[in-house]
Amino acid sequence: MGFSWEIVGKGGFQFFGKISASISHDIKNVLAVLNENAGLLEDLVLMAEKGASFNHERVKSLANSMRKQIKRADLIAKNMNRFAHSVDKPLNDVDVCETLELVVALSGRLADMRGVNLEPLYTKERICIKTNHFLLENLLWCCLDFAMTSVTEGNTVGIVVEEIEKGVQIKFTKLQGLITDDRTNKFPSEEENDLIRALEAETVMDTGVQTLFLKLPEKIGS
Amino acid sequence: MKKMRVLLVDDEEELVSTMAERLTMRGIDADWVTNCEDAVEKLETRKYDLGVLDVKIPRISGIQLGKRLKEKDPEMKFIFMTGHGSDDDFKAGSAEAGPGYYLVKPVDIEYLIRKMNEILEK
Repeated sequence: MGFSWEIVGKGGFQFFGKISASISHDIKNVLAVLNENAGLLEDLVLMAEKGASFNHERVKSLANSMRKQIKRADLIAKNMNRFAHSVDKPLNDVDVCETLELVVALSGRLADMRGVNLEPLYTKERICIKTNHFLLENLLWCCLDFAMTSVTEGNTVGIVVEEIEKGVQIKFTKLQGLITDDRTNKFPSEEENDLIRALEAETVMDTGVQTLFLKLPEKIGS
Repeated sequence: MKKMRVLLVDDEEELVSTMAERLTMRGIDADWVTNCEDAVEKLETRKYDLGVLDVKIPRISGIQLGKRLKEKDPEMKFIFMTGHGSDDDFKAGSAEAGPGYYLVKPVDIEYLIRKMNEILEK
């Protein structure tokens, strides 16, 4: 079945924008914490200059906190870099587990906002397929976004990656909200269907086991 | 002179606790919480002049939380902080919060205190 590159491309731009905005928000938060830490250090020095006793322990804990924030920012930048480079090649050998890990990390803030936990489980360390890396990230994000709206607050979306014959299957489990046709009809949308076709993938919704199945071929364009 | 009482709400614990510490050093009575439920609970036992709320907190927007807190205490005033920089978000947030009381992180503490005094004098 055919698909429209125009629709896939438009959705891709929107996805890229959303993820970039979310990353910039995370960076802003790190900067805000560092700004307060630096401000407090300055306050403590000014107070000591005016004769107050210098609180060494507080200064040490602030230095630790700043180091933690720098590590956090470093991880954000690494993820951003991995995400940015996923558009480098239209077809690539892609580790699905690693890609899923990245998409889960990039979705972390959205999951927090919705009060949902994400719990990935891999049956193997690496499962590689030949596909379009960026579009795969986009599709995984669409599935995760839908899965997160299919659980109630405080609950967990399980994500299981397993090898199947001639490809990979990803299961989004524990979706208690998948009990009505109304919910299952919400995914995939027309745009998401184009993305699924572009990746020669397949989605199946099973309300009985409360799971969304995503099947990906070992190689696209063959 | 009566001490200003402020409730800070942000899911970044490190940010909100340090900010509260710095406000306290400046003679402001500042409490902090990291979620909406704790913010509502705080109002059961204490009265605050002002809430400084993050716009994006888990499960509810800061603007919605402001409305809930305002129902409990109609005299309470609010300043909002955001990490988001889109023009549309900023315009919509400023319209809800009131011009000048929708601040983009990182926020300078002295500027925040000026804004706090300004909104309480209104």
